Amino acid sequence: MLNLRETWLISLGALTVAFMLVGIFFASTGNSPFEVFYTLYRGAFGSWFSWQNTLVRAAPLMLTALCTVLPARVGLIVIGGEGAVVVGGLCSTLVGLALRDMGPFTVITAMVLTGALTGGLWIAAVGALQYFRNVNETISSLLLNYIAIAILNFLVIGILKDPATLNNPSTHAIGEANMIGNIGASTIHWGLVYGVVACVGLWVICRHSVFGFAADVVGGNIRAARLAGLPVVKILLWCCFLGGAAAGLAGTLEVAAVHGRANNGLNAGYGYAGILVAFLARHNPLAVIPYAILLGGIQASGGLMQRAHNLPDATVYVIQGIIFMVILTSELFYGKFRWLHATREAKS
Amino acid sequence: MSKNNPTKLPMNRRDFIQTCAVTGLGLAGGLSSLPVSAKPKVTMGFIYVGPRDDYGYNQAHFQGKTALAKLDWAKAVDEENVPETIEVQKAMESMINLDGTQVLFPTSFGYFDPHILAMAKRYPKVTFLHCGGLWDESKHPKNVGSYFGYIDEPVYVSGIVAGHMSKSKKLGFIAAMPIPQVLRNINNFTLAARSVDPNITTTVVFTGSWSNPVKEAEAANSLIDQGIDVLTCHVDSPKVIVESAEKRGIFSCGYHTNVAALAPKGFLTGAEWNWSTVYTQYAEMIRDGKPIPNLVRGGLKENVVKVSPYGSAVTPAAKAAADAVIQSFMDGSMVVYKGPIKDNKGREVIPKGTEYAQTDIWLESMDWLVEGVIGTT
Amino acid sequence: MSGQDIGLWSVLIAVLGGAIRVGTPFIFVSLGECLTEKSGRINLGLEGNLVMGAMVGYATSYLSGSPWLGVLAAAGSGCCLGLLHALLCQHKRVNDIAVGIAMMLFASGLAFFYGKPFIQPSAPRLPSIGFGNWSDSPVVRAALDINALFFIGVILAPVMAWFLMRTRWGNSVRVVGESSDAALAMGISIHRVRLLSTVAGGAFAGIGGAYLSLYYPGSWSEGLSSGQGLMAVALVIFARWNPIYCLYASLLFGAAAALGPALQSVGIHSGYYLFNAAPYILTLAIMIISSDRKGTLGGMPGELSK
Repeated sequence: MLNLRETWLISLGALTVAFMLVGIFFASTGNSPFEVFYTLYRGAFGSWFSWQNTLVRAAPLMLTALCTVLPARVGLIVIGGEGAVVVGGLCSTLVGLALRDMGPFTVITAMVLTGALTGGLWIAAVGALQYFRNVNETISSLLLNYIAIAILNFLVIGILKDPATLNNPSTHAIGEANMIGNIGASTIHWGLVYGVVACVGLWVICRHSVFGFAADVVGGNIRAARLAGLPVVKILLWCCFLGGAAAGLAGTLEVAAVHGRANNGLNAGYGYAGILVAFLARHNPLAVIPYAILLGGIQASGGLMQRAHNLPDATVYVIQGIIFMVILTSELFYGKFRWLHATREAKS
Repeated sequence: MSKNNPTKLPMNRRDFIQTCAVTGLGLAGGLSSLPVSAKPKVTMGFIYVGPRDDYGYNQAHFQGKTALAKLDWAKAVDEENVPETIEVQKAMESMINLDGTQVLFPTSFGYFDPHILAMAKRYPKVTFLHCGGLWDESKHPKNVGSYFGYIDEPVYVSGIVAGHMSKSKKLGFIAAMPIPQVLRNINNFTLAARSVDPNITTTVVFTGSWSNPVKEAEAANSLIDQGIDVLTCHVDSPKVIVESAEKRGIFSCGYHTNVAALAPKGFLTGAEWNWSTVYTQYAEMIRDGKPIPNLVRGGLKENVVKVSPYGSAVTPAAKAAADAVIQSFMDGSMVVYKGPIKDNKGREVIPKGTEYAQTDIWLESMDWLVEGVIGTT
Repeated sequence: MSGQDIGLWSVLIAVLGGAIRVGTPFIFVSLGECLTEKSGRINLGLEGNLVMGAMVGYATSYLSGSPWLGVLAAAGSGCCLGLLHALLCQHKRVNDIAVGIAMMLFASGLAFFYGKPFIQPSAPRLPSIGFGNWSDSPVVRAALDINALFFIGVILAPVMAWFLMRTRWGNSVRVVGESSDAALAMGISIHRVRLLSTVAGGAFAGIGGAYLSLYYPGSWSEGLSSGQGLMAVALVIFARWNPIYCLYASLLFGAAAALGPALQSVGIHSGYYLFNAAPYILTLAIMIISSDRKGTLGGMPGELSK
């Protein structure tokens, strides 16, 4: 079972080691690591402006991370977040256009539901393929990513194209009035709230509901789950669906809160960054929130690092990669330190 | 504590922490206020959608920015590989707030709507100049402007040279997407070549993406397999296409920048941007406090675009013909779109007697391919 | 036939040429993954190996003037990345697939970072042998203008098949992949076999990457790979873990990728996006068709499903 002390200590230890390695990397580029870290900090958390930058980037990551987190809890490694974002964004745009004149509340509600539904079905298909045909879910979800992007491009340049957007082919706009606005006077759109609510909500489900417990059993030992009479198929498909729904929602938010229409900008790489967040958070929906913020912050500071230290944009990828590798390696240490488990031992 | 020079912190650990605190406080205060220090330098920010050394679109802008860096009264910061999503909004804000830029040049077409417009509303004191020509007085805020170059003019000149040099009478054009700017280039290239020999055809292959080296190489090879002997393109980076052409021993015409170095034998000429002209002009206007025009366009005459120097393979006859055409652009006598012009489906798109001047807006929503082009939009 | 448009016939020749040109990296990466998977480990990080190999190969060729040295260096970088992957995956608690994705991101990031200075320059390329020089038609000549790496790949496939089936080492690899219990009983060091397989697989993937940057398309840039490394993993499943089938599948994929531009250049223009998606749809369809409800894919190494 979850040993909080162990998780915290090892996670923090891993992050510390990761940052040390990142510092060494910075030094190898000829910069002073302290200066670069300061720039990182400045760009990510150094001012209210930077915070907004970070949070805006973190919002979609929270949702796409869930697309990997939930299936992972039942033992499936799905990397199809990108495809679900595209599918959810595209379908919700179509719905939004169809209902454009029915008032913002109707439009946004319909778009959110459509995005979640279509994204959910997309990933549920991946789960179904794995269960019924034993198709490796990692590969199939990856292929579906490419296919989704191709469909998006095909439709947006073809039949869905708004003639006024000739030079940057997009669908028609859903209209300024129908868009999701920002929280108060900030530049953060309400998508952040959706992300946090989704993470918290799903964490509650995973930890405190029968479904969540059943999912854990399925993830732990699928044969035991079957023997215990659990509806394994339903659980698998629902977990995939919920994960895909979260990612589809991220796609809807991209359209409804940022672009106002669907175009190639939906293909923004949120899916892949979300995979990273999911693994960093060790597939715990609640932990997704701080890790999404961390990754959002690193990405937010990328631009400043380019300008201040002439470091190429790929620096952000290297930093992310180092953190990812260290966190994965830290998995080794769980269960190794007996003193962390001391309180559990019976005191006779 | 100059926020304009974040590169070097000449201090020890204690001062470093103090710097953090004070800078944090200072920045927290003003979202829309510009830096307090007196600015002898004009600070300009550039954002590229791709790598700045791609031998293509982004490099052309980068070269323009580098020209600015030579002026000691101007300072330019740039960022590359910024996608057309909310990230560019954040990049712009970052430049405004943390570097104190007063003028921004987000150079990719897709940055305009909604990103530049959203930022322009939020920062009315900062000027946003977009490369693309979309600014509309009735719709868009005053602190936004557009600039663009009529690169189709040097593309036309390339077409003249290609028309002279092609032996198979088949030209090839590898394009990213069928958007008006691209179609206009294809049409100009073809009209020019056909003005040399009306039997010339241009085969178009669309790769579907602004940058996809494998697809571009495949397209180049399959076109050459079909007998094409002059190849040109409109993608973000012409490097792969020009190198493929050179490897197969055919002629090539460059685009965006001067790619002669990539094809010592086969390079004919090319169409290049000359953004340093535009950027320096803007910088001077800002320095002198003059109002910045919302629409700046230019062609060969205004030196916003230029024709690459001719390659060694170009015959004197071709050079003379091309030079004559350049001259006619310079003195304004050249009209490319003069009726009757049919599209490649046989429909007459420009009737006899109608002419469209270079600056005519109708040309900017082009959605047809001229007769002689093999391909569909 | 000189320089004449020969229409649909030329599409076939172009597709053949494309199959060879575009398929060669697939051959190397899929053979590498095949070897790794035969030993019971799945390596999703080969995409990173591919990109890193492309960058290292290009950079080495540019700096040293010899493209073959570049290929060697690319193989070396592939070995290092494979080693890293193997060392991490050795431990039971570490998830193979997660490590693969991490390696993919990490290696690609490093490659982009260190590859910045090499985007612009032109490095010496790998030479090709003109097998079609007997023909007057430039189309045929171009299609049969084949690079030596393709031949190495073509020979590698049956060599690997022979290695796996007929040599003692190959046998060890297969045993380790089928059943770790049996391997232990036979006294084979599972870790060592898997490590060596992963390292070798990584080296092949690196060579595949070098082909991309040093021959076709022949340039280093960040958009060089369009997921070939990941597709190769799917290819191996499609090929039922048989090296010879891997070769055929790679050629098939190359042909599918070449189909779109070939058709456009004869004037068939509609739906080029869908054509571009053809390889992915093909892979998915094949995976669905060839996978089996019962859960044991014919030919799948036993240890892989654990």
